[in-house]
Amino acid sequence: MAQVAHDAPLHADAHDAHEGHPGELTYIKVAVILAIITIIEVAIYYIQWMHDKDLLVPALIILSAVKFFTVVSYFMHLKFDPRLLAYCFIVGLLFGGGLILSFMGLFGVHEIDYARDLWGKAMPAS
Amino acid sequence: MWLFLTSDCMFFGSLIATYMIYRGRAEKMFENGQGSGPLPHELLDIPYTSVSAFVLLMSSMTMVLALAGIQKGDLRSFRVWTLMTALLGSIFLGGQWFEFHEFYHEGLGYTTNMFSMTFYTLTGFHGFHVTLGVIWLMSLFIVSLRGGVRKEQALNVEIAGLYWHFVDIVWIIIFTLVYLIPYKDVPTIQEGGEHALRFIGLM
Repeated sequence: MAQVAHDAPLHADAHDAHEGHPGELTYIKVAVILAIITIIEVAIYYIQWMHDKDLLVPALIILSAVKFFTVVSYFMHLKFDPRLLAYCFIVGLLFGGGLILSFMGLFGVHEIDYARDLWGKAMPAS
Repeated sequence: MWLFLTSDCMFFGSLIATYMIYRGRAEKMFENGQGSGPLPHELLDIPYTSVSAFVLLMSSMTMVLALAGIQKGDLRSFRVWTLMTALLGSIFLGGQWFEFHEFYHEGLGYTTNMFSMTFYTLTGFHGFHVTLGVIWLMSLFIVSLRGGVRKEQALNVEIAGLYWHFVDIVWIIIFTLVYLIPYKDVPTIQEGGEHALRFIGLM
C-alpha cells in the first residue's frame, strides 16, 4: 500500500508534464520547417551572389541557429519544461560557445571567410 | 541527463574549436609547400552530406513520435517509430562510414595533415555518439517486445530522446561549420599570435 501511495503522485506528475507537450501534428509541422531550412541552407551555398555580397556566413549561422533552437524548444520540449532545465542547458551552451569563440579569438588562426574582414574593420589600426 | 548534455556541449565545443583552428593551419601549410594530402574544399561533398543531415533531422521527428506513442500508451506506435529512428541513425552512420572510406582512398588518412586529424576526431566522436544512441534505441525496442516498456516508464524513453535530439543538434552545428561555411585566406601561426596580442591590447 505504501508503495502505491508513493507512486501515485509520480505518475500524476509525469502525466501533467505530457499534457503541456505539443501534439504529433505539431512535431510533423516542425520537421517540415526544419527540412525546408536545410534545403535553403544548401541552396544559398550555391548562389554566387551570396558569396559576393558577404551574406553567406551570416545567413548560414542564422539559419542553423533557428534549426538548433527549434529542435531544442519543440523536440527536446525545453519550451514546455521547467525553466531550471533551460537554464542548465543554456549554461552548457554558453560555456561551449565561449570555448569556441575564445580559442578562435586567441589563436586567430582560422577566421571564417568574411569574418576576418569584419574584425579588421572593427579593430584599430596597429 | 540535462547535466550530461551540458557537459557534452563543452566537449563538442572544444572539438569544434580545435577543428576550426587547425583546419585553417593545414590549408596555410599546404600553400607554403609544407602540407600533404587533399584539402577540405577538394573533398567535402555538400549534396551527399546534406542528405545525411536530412536523415538525422528526420530521425529526430521519428524519435519524438515514438515518445508521443509511449506517453499515450500506444506500444505499437512506440515500437514502429523507435525502430524507424534506429534505422535512420544507422543510415546516417553508413553514410559516414562511406564518406570516411572515400576520403581515405582519396589519400586523407588520420595523420595526413591537421585538417584530417581534427576532422576525423570531430565527426568520429559524433558518429560514436550516434552509435551509442542506436544501441540505446534498439535496447528499448527489444525491452518493449518483452513487455518492459509501458506508459508509466515514458520518462526512460524521454531521456533516450533527449540524448538523440542532442546528437542531432550537434550535427546541425557541424554541418554548418564544417561543410557549408567556406574558408579562405587563413593567416599563419605568427599572424594569429599577433592578432591575439592586438585583441587583448598588448600590441
